[in-house]
Amino acid sequence: MTAFNALDAVLLIPLVAAAALAVLPGYRLTANLNVVASLATFLTSVSLFLFEPRSGDYLLVDDLNKVFIVLTTFVAFTTSVFSASYIGHEIEIGRLTPRSVRFYHAMYQVLMFAMNLALVANNIGLMWVAIEVATLTTVLMVGIYRTHEALEAAWKYFILGSVGIALALFGTILVYMAARPVIGEGLEAMVWTVLVQHAAKFDPALLNVAFVFLLLGYGTKVGLAPLHAWLPDAHAEGPTPISAVLSGLLLNVALYALLRFKMLLALNPASIAPGPLMVTMGLISCLFAAFMLYRRRDIKRMFAYSSIEHMGIIVFAFGMGGPLANFAGLLHMTMHSLTKSAIFFTVGHIAQVKGTQKIADLGGLTVTHPVLGWSLVFGVVAIAGLPPLGIFMSEFLVISSTFAREPVLATILVFGILVALGGLFLRLNGIAFGEPRGPSGPVHASYVPMFAHFGIVACAGIYLPPGLVAGFENVAKLLG
Amino acid sequence: MNKLTFDIAHMLAGSLVLVSFMQLYQDRLSSLINIFALHALVLTASVAWQAFVQHAPHLYITATIAFVFKAVVIPVALRRIVVKLGIHRELDNVVGVGLAMLAGIGLVALSMVVMLRVTAEADPLAREDLAFALSVVLLGLLMMVTRRNAVSQVIGFMSLENGLVLAATGAKGMPLVVEISVAFSVLIAFIVIGIFLFRIRERFDTVDIQALDRFRGERQ
Repeated sequence: MTAFNALDAVLLIPLVAAAALAVLPGYRLTANLNVVASLATFLTSVSLFLFEPRSGDYLLVDDLNKVFIVLTTFVAFTTSVFSASYIGHEIEIGRLTPRSVRFYHAMYQVLMFAMNLALVANNIGLMWVAIEVATLTTVLMVGIYRTHEALEAAWKYFILGSVGIALALFGTILVYMAARPVIGEGLEAMVWTVLVQHAAKFDPALLNVAFVFLLLGYGTKVGLAPLHAWLPDAHAEGPTPISAVLSGLLLNVALYALLRFKMLLALNPASIAPGPLMVTMGLISCLFAAFMLYRRRDIKRMFAYSSIEHMGIIVFAFGMGGPLANFAGLLHMTMHSLTKSAIFFTVGHIAQVKGTQKIADLGGLTVTHPVLGWSLVFGVVAIAGLPPLGIFMSEFLVISSTFAREPVLATILVFGILVALGGLFLRLNGIAFGEPRGPSGPVHASYVPMFAHFGIVACAGIYLPPGLVAGFENVAKLLG
Repeated sequence: MNKLTFDIAHMLAGSLVLVSFMQLYQDRLSSLINIFALHALVLTASVAWQAFVQHAPHLYITATIAFVFKAVVIPVALRRIVVKLGIHRELDNVVGVGLAMLAGIGLVALSMVVMLRVTAEADPLAREDLAFALSVVLLGLLMMVTRRNAVSQVIGFMSLENGLVLAATGAKGMPLVVEISVAFSVLIAFIVIGIFLFRIRERFDTVDIQALDRFRGERQ
């Protein structure tokens, strides 16, 4: 297989799988096929490291998006394993019909295709289309239960997501307008690799306005406050595998788009520095979400707010910029994706066995279901940023690199993280310990994806392979 | 540049903003749908004129798509939905007409100030077009927040997309990829919306999204 084929395959495998899943009957077969296709995509994406693929006018592979692609396809693969057991249970209790499962599996692969396309697109228009497709497929999946809660969540997500996407398109058009006088008309003026070469000569005023639209547009999809309103509903009402994919992957893809445009602006000395805008939005999101954690009554909704908090920290880190903060941001993004999706795997099984997502009806999990209960405890310890786990390390790097430059900002960030820690543990106490409540029947769960993610997070806190560190350092330099 | 071509482009883009204003004060769904069809017609004319001026035949395709889907298919389909649900006479406004118009004027002024100042160097046709396009986008947004009926929110969203098409065609030589994708995404969006309306109808016998607001997620 030549290198260029590997790049195509990352896109083709999900597409072919989606077509097959749309027509094949029987959930057992389709669930397995879904897993196999996701595994194949993951393996292909790893092979991108082995071959040096060529970049064309439409597709591009460089050190930055390789990291994102491998992370995306890996979490997509583990989520598909979790999804197989989750969906099996949903069919048993009659929440999903075989027809909607077929639809769900096909949409899952279309979503994978759209996210991969957004990551490898070498054209700002194509990237926009891919993110729009990803949004539409997740809207459909969030509404799949057809309860009025699910419909409201999907509607809200659809409206806010479309407005965000529309603003992002306006920003994209403005970037083209800025590029046209320098590069000339036509396709070339939308190609990343060409844009980056000529960025220094673009009209700075146009670029500034474009970035504001892009930040608001893609920022909506990242879930930055005050544009986050869709995120908790969409996480709470959709199927749990989709919550895991939303938090772990889709937010990252939107962030990736934002980072690309930030790189473009950084190359133009006369334009505004995008850093302060991102730092401000990141800090607001982190603080806001941290306080919102205290009054949550729904367990999935609580972790959705925790995602907003962490996306805030990540955007803050990238906004600070510089090799160290970028490195910390990348590491934090990776750790957050792995931890948060694993938490959603755990929560999905908990909600199924207890038959509810209300925190008030959950209690004493470590007694009734020790494996799930302690996994949740582990997950919350990890996501709250306690040592010696992966998130502790990345948060520590973010904070220490900021302290050297902006002590005030670092203090505010630390305050936000501590507030969030308090909120999470307050709720965890009741869920994991406290008096046992609700049914205590046996669990039909696949623990493998959950343990795999937690294992990686635990190891990363203690030891990072030198190859990975070198790779991240390289990307951090690219981000400037 | 020929003064006449510029004036016509200017007039068409300006009319689009005007029709956006007309949408703001329609309080009946059936008349709102008619005005949306007019909006799409003006857009078609504007895009076709750009195609002629820029000697860009591919823009005629965009104009055709705008005409067929937005001026004919979607209004007809929406009218059928509205009649079927028996809500074509329904009144729908969250804030008063006067307030909405004032806010609209403010938004247009804002977009003029921002875009004209920023694009001082760009060629005048693209420059005016962009300022008008941003006005249409913002007016579409305003419509979405001042309405509570799902159908009028959808119309607000589509007139917002019309503004984006205006911007994309005003940017000279922008690749076809984008225009098709914009038109295509509107189509997809419409399908999605159709499904949603269908499902909302199935559950509540109304498309008033206040019926959805009973749920806030945190209430016990």
